[in-house]
Amino acid sequence: MTNWLALHFAALRHAARRLARTPLGTALSALVVAIALLLPALGYVLADSVAQLASSLSGQPEISIFMEMNADSAQTQNVAAKLRGDPGVSALRFVPRNEALQALASDASFGDVAATLGNNPLPDAYVITPRSDSGAEFERLRDSVSKLPGVAHVQLDTEWVQRLAALVALGRLSIAILAALLGIALVIVTFNTIRLQILTQRQEIGVSLLLGATRPWVRRPFLYFGALQGALGGLLAWALLLIILELIRAPTQQLADAYGIPLMLSNPGTLETLALIALAGALGWLGAALSVRRHLHDRLVTD
Amino acid sequence: MIRFEAVSKHYPGGVQGLSNISLDIRSGELIVLRGHSGAGKSTLLKLIPALERPSAGRVLLNGQDVGRLPPGAVPYLRRSLGLVMQESRLLFDRTVFDNVQLPLIIAGLPPKEAAKRTEAALERVGLREFARAMPITLSGGEQQRAAIARAIVNRPSIVIADEPTAHLDADYANEISALFCSFNAAGVTLIVATHDDHLFATRAPRRIELSHGKLLS
Repeated sequence: MTNWLALHFAALRHAARRLARTPLGTALSALVVAIALLLPALGYVLADSVAQLASSLSGQPEISIFMEMNADSAQTQNVAAKLRGDPGVSALRFVPRNEALQALASDASFGDVAATLGNNPLPDAYVITPRSDSGAEFERLRDSVSKLPGVAHVQLDTEWVQRLAALVALGRLSIAILAALLGIALVIVTFNTIRLQILTQRQEIGVSLLLGATRPWVRRPFLYFGALQGALGGLLAWALLLIILELIRAPTQQLADAYGIPLMLSNPGTLETLALIALAGALGWLGAALSVRRHLHDRLVTD
Repeated sequence: MIRFEAVSKHYPGGVQGLSNISLDIRSGELIVLRGHSGAGKSTLLKLIPALERPSAGRVLLNGQDVGRLPPGAVPYLRRSLGLVMQESRLLFDRTVFDNVQLPLIIAGLPPKEAAKRTEAALERVGLREFARAMPITLSGGEQQRAAIARAIVNRPSIVIADEPTAHLDADYANEISALFCSFNAAGVTLIVATHDDHLFATRAPRRIELSHGKLLS
């Protein structure tokens, strides 16, 4: 076990030396890897921030029931009675039309509009909180309430949040597809780098085999080289991501404030950072493994 | 120790490398393989560390058929042998010390032990003061001595050398010859392929003549 670890450590050290021997080439390769990772990483952070926004806005889902303007009190009380008797309703709140107008007038954005209104154009309304938050239950409640006499309109208050969530889901899927494509690009970049490494080190490989090196012994430094190059690229991608987030944070905040949206761009956490670096390292290892399998086999056969 | 039993080697295109060779090499012998270019000397030597596999017959090393070794066992066979090629095949991007130490690193020896053995091997071939030098700064003879140090650093009981003095002048060739003789005197079995009739003349080695892949003597 100790010997096995020593062999792996020696291969890792050997790969690190090779990377250090060509700092410019190493930096350029890491930059290519970083750029390939940066786009999906940035997309992930943005989508995550929007998802958090959608989650914070949705809160407890509610359904608003607006009565007809000419609905009489019997119809209004009938609706209340039906809703109280529905097992799917958790809470019920009546909002009289006068209270609704006062609420509108006290809103800083609509205060001026309310003052110009001659008559109160707002109807009486009920706001109900469903017991379940399933979409089917929402549909059932909406359909049953909208058929009651005196009901003008039933509105699901979380509809726009659901649309936002659907958009976020679509965004995340797009980012996943983009990440997969750029991940393949990363594997190809490493594949080619290792191919060139094998070509430039063909003499060393030949001599090592002559002196009794096993195939895993020859392969191992190339695998570590690919993994280290990928991990370096991941680290660089993380650093670039922090810089870009810092650059766009203030303008994004201004835009969100202008729309009254509590959007916060947060930096990737420790786990997400480690996952990014580990994923980059794993993709580098995979590219190296494929290249070694293809090109080193040729060398082993010819030597 | 090494036995060739009716060994033949054919290359693609009908080229005959060796034809029905039977030969016994005993422990501690000094063997000089002679013959013109293409006689089969290199082919015969390559069969021992399984750099080539026989087309027919068997090559036995201490009773083990090296031609039928599984690929995973071949590296361990090579670690038990010392190989010296016509060119030194040193790695020019590292020091003489690192070149000589390479077989020990491959074998997984602890660094301290590897360093000690490397220094001893360099001392043995008279290159201790060149340990930190790059191979490119050495003469042809010194490079070949470094290659010999690399071949003996694992303390093999058999050393195989293919034209080790081919590119060296007479003085360097004599140095190498003396070095090999000293190994043989210490009990190492030595098999050397050479064109040079004067090499090892003072040691009265067993001479084996090859021609067109066949044994003449």
